[in-house]
Amino acid sequence: MHELSIAMGIVDAAVEEAKQRGAHVTGVHLRLGALSGVVKDALLFSWDVACQDTMIEGARLLIEDVPVVVFCPQCRQDRQLESMQSFTCPECGTPTMDVRQGKELEVFALEVEEEEIPK
Amino acid sequence: MSEPRLVEVRRNVLKQNDVIARALREQFRAAGVFVVSLVSSPGSGKTMFLERTLTRLQPKYRVAALVGDLATENDAVRLARSKAPVRQITTGTVCHLEAAMVQNALQEWDLNQLDFLFIENVGNLVCPSSYDLGENLRLVLMSVTEGEDKPLKYPTIFNSADVAVITKHELAAAVEFDWEAARKSIESVRPGMQIFRLSAKTGEGMESYLDFLGQRLAEHRALAPT
Repeated sequence: MHELSIAMGIVDAAVEEAKQRGAHVTGVHLRLGALSGVVKDALLFSWDVACQDTMIEGARLLIEDVPVVVFCPQCRQDRQLESMQSFTCPECGTPTMDVRQGKELEVFALEVEEEEIPK
Repeated sequence: MSEPRLVEVRRNVLKQNDVIARALREQFRAAGVFVVSLVSSPGSGKTMFLERTLTRLQPKYRVAALVGDLATENDAVRLARSKAPVRQITTGTVCHLEAAMVQNALQEWDLNQLDFLFIENVGNLVCPSSYDLGENLRLVLMSVTEGEDKPLKYPTIFNSADVAVITKHELAAAVEFDWEAARKSIESVRPGMQIFRLSAKTGEGMESYLDFLGQRLAEHRALAPT
């Protein structure tokens, strides 16, 4: 299980962005590919621990699952894999290793509240 | 506080690892060393396989190995019997190697003096798949005692590998290992991947795998003359 260290990496990235923007982060949006090697449940489980005592403590982790998309050399089109157990075109059955999407492990957006300027 | 708003940041979480891995790959290219990483489950026979690989390559090539292990140095001790330079990376509780660990371990080594460098990852078929180590070839090892459907259970790591080795061939008959089913499992999760069947113990099948490594080294150097 390496999800705790991945979670800490996400926290580091979010904290850095928060500092640059002087913003209060309330949510972290993550794109998680089915081929990233990271298990969603384990990541969510690690999240609170990873956030603890950081400036984004209490922020939510919102995960968007990214399915595997391959290019089928036969159909000459991008196709979404139906199963991780079969790297073949779901339409014509041609095997393919041309992965176009599904390895993502990316913080793509932050939900922020601007710090209030004291009067 | 004002209303929350969404700001796009687009940051790759493993960027730091990928940057180091790219630097390592460039370093390996410049030194003309071919780097093979090994991934497998615990107990698949990775250390014996690597020991035999090092021993058999040595008459012809300069070889070395880095081995990742959670707590012990047993593997490094076993591999030292091959007389090749071996360094242990003890990962503590970390279940995989990261590029930075490889970079640290290689600090005092002169890579120009090597033909092959092997990196044995921690025995684990899940976590290592996320981390690029800068290797030129990722070899996934499974033994006949693990069952033919192992690749279907761990599609991500098999998909991320470049070549598969099925070892403990000498036990295949005893466990009624179905080679065709295993080949189909691998082909299904990683179409086109080359598969070697061998026994590290008896040496059966080792020759064609070692020839393959020699060929890949030659190709590597042809692309990146030193």
